[in-house]
Amino acid sequence: MSQMTDMRKMEEEWLRTERLPHVWCPGCGIGIVLNAFLRAVIRRNIPKEKMVVVSGIGCTGRTAGYVNVDSFHTTHGRAIPFAVGIKFARPDLNVVVFSGDGDLFAIGGNHFVNAARRNHDLLIIAVNNFTYGMTGGQHGPTTPTGAYTTTTPYGNPDRPFNIPHLAISLGAPYVARWTTYHVNQLQNSIYKALNMKGFRVIEIISQCPTVYGRRNSMRSPMSMMEYFQKNSVINNKASYEEMELTYNGKIVVGEFRNVGGIPSYEERYEEIIRRAQE
Amino acid sequence: MKAMIRGNESIAYAFKLARVQVVPAYPITPSTLVPEKISEFIANGEMKAEFVPVESEHSAISAAIGASARGVRVGTATASQGLALMHEVLFIASGMRLPIVMGIGNRALSAPINIWCDHQDSMSQRDTGWMQFYGENNQEGLDLGIMAFKIAEDKRVLLPAMVGLDAFVLTHTVEPVDMPEQSEVDDFLGEFKPNYVTLDPNKPATLGSFGFPEHYTEFRFAQWVAMEQAKKVIDEVFEEFEKKFGRKYRKVMPEHTEDADIIFVTMGSMSGTMREYIKKLRAQGKKVGMVKITVFRPFPKEELIEALQNAKVVAVVERNISMGFAGAVYGELAATFANKSKKPKFVDFIVGLGGRDITFNTLESVYKVAEKALTQDVDDVNWIDVNKEAVYKSEGLQ
Repeated sequence: MSQMTDMRKMEEEWLRTERLPHVWCPGCGIGIVLNAFLRAVIRRNIPKEKMVVVSGIGCTGRTAGYVNVDSFHTTHGRAIPFAVGIKFARPDLNVVVFSGDGDLFAIGGNHFVNAARRNHDLLIIAVNNFTYGMTGGQHGPTTPTGAYTTTTPYGNPDRPFNIPHLAISLGAPYVARWTTYHVNQLQNSIYKALNMKGFRVIEIISQCPTVYGRRNSMRSPMSMMEYFQKNSVINNKASYEEMELTYNGKIVVGEFRNVGGIPSYEERYEEIIRRAQE
Repeated sequence: MKAMIRGNESIAYAFKLARVQVVPAYPITPSTLVPEKISEFIANGEMKAEFVPVESEHSAISAAIGASARGVRVGTATASQGLALMHEVLFIASGMRLPIVMGIGNRALSAPINIWCDHQDSMSQRDTGWMQFYGENNQEGLDLGIMAFKIAEDKRVLLPAMVGLDAFVLTHTVEPVDMPEQSEVDDFLGEFKPNYVTLDPNKPATLGSFGFPEHYTEFRFAQWVAMEQAKKVIDEVFEEFEKKFGRKYRKVMPEHTEDADIIFVTMGSMSGTMREYIKKLRAQGKKVGMVKITVFRPFPKEELIEALQNAKVVAVVERNISMGFAGAVYGELAATFANKSKKPKFVDFIVGLGGRDITFNTLESVYKVAEKALTQDVDDVNWIDVNKEAVYKSEGLQ
């Protein structure tokens, strides 16, 4: 058997194949992210019983139902607090939050900010498709200024979040951004982050041709992927201004922060318990 | 003018015709089309209003309070988890006596996650001090949406109001409606002139401040009085609407009740199915009738007593459940008759949760129990169309 079929077989073990086909639209980028995630997890040899996947509500939120490990499909915006609870109850588990931009940065923005500040030991896979996909393409806190959505039919006046900058400003030890075009870099990034401690954030710019692309002159999944290919610039040392996303502009990707040795909240908490017991 | 619109659009058009000035909203299935349609109206220049795309429902209702306290007409829309997330702020809107109108796409609550219809979301907000209206179809959504502003803004009332439409069954279903002319609605509603305190730098005031024990109860009692007053105001507004637009609304709508032994109590879109089912039973010579509840808060006790007192059995058919007791409507109806010497037998039926269809078969099961109740004892609470064996087995009861 070739290496490729081996990997495919192993990935299938990590998926609830009886739940397939999934709900994602043809051409959606979430499957690419899930694929990269599973490959990284398999390469790390993480046992299934040591992994929990937590999702919020939305298209990306459906991931929790497809991974063949214990998983949580939580309420809208609350994936991170649920994950914090799991991590406290079972510090030995790899707790992964796999959710979308609307869930993590709009309704759940406060949780992201505070969990990053405390450096909770969580891996955050944040799929950013610039819109609320599940409800049909309304503008959200990651929609680029000027973009067309169902609630901004003549262009979005808001500024989007600069997610890597937000995470770095809060002290997250690992912060990266890729697009669904960068499948290998994304997989390697997840592979690396799985072996680290603390609040690790990977933002993935992903295509939503169905409700975002077609309103923004990218009708097909391919045209969105071509946009990612042509406009992405790898720059690990990008300034926060350069990390900002603009409408149909450059997408600066890379591994923006990778710092070891920062104690996680859970480690600091254990340390306090240890000192108190002395 | 006739128009073909979805239930969500009936709320959006009601806001447009009411000349709502601020609409803060957050997308949630099945209500999202309301803010979408509103932003389209605004962007097209058809509606002079601000759409505020907030980051959660909690912020949506908070922004609605801010705008309403400034003295403008405010509308918003949500459903299910979104309404549940608003919970604490709903009390503030009613406590501050702000006449906000909110469209609800009535949807089940998690867990398990479910986007389909039942009435658990707004029933769970029963005690927040909001008036509650439930539409049977899109015409009712449009009409109640318009009337809700007139009722809420009446200076004898000044309470916020929810207008519920069943998820998908109505919110996403296209129906023909009579669309009133703008001038007619302008004439009916009038310009909104808030006579309560508004944010004005020349008369500075702190809103939402402390109410100490020596005052708090009076504020709560004032809300109680307003809710009681609302009963009268609702009747007046319904009658004025009927004169002007020709469509009749009542807090409760009895049909075939005069000689009925069994009366079904319904809310929302199931009423249409029930009406047809009753035609079928009547054709078989069965003495059955129905009472549709359009206004759930304030609870129309007097009208319900009038409509139900001569029945032998009242079958309450409802899409919500208060675990450990019964459905909310059953509980309230039973309490309404508690001190009456003459009362029917009340039987509760839990149906159509999480979007399970309410069909003639469902109503047939309801009727069989209700008919049995004419002559013998039956369970107080009856779950219909449920696989009880599977549940008992999984709960280890077999």
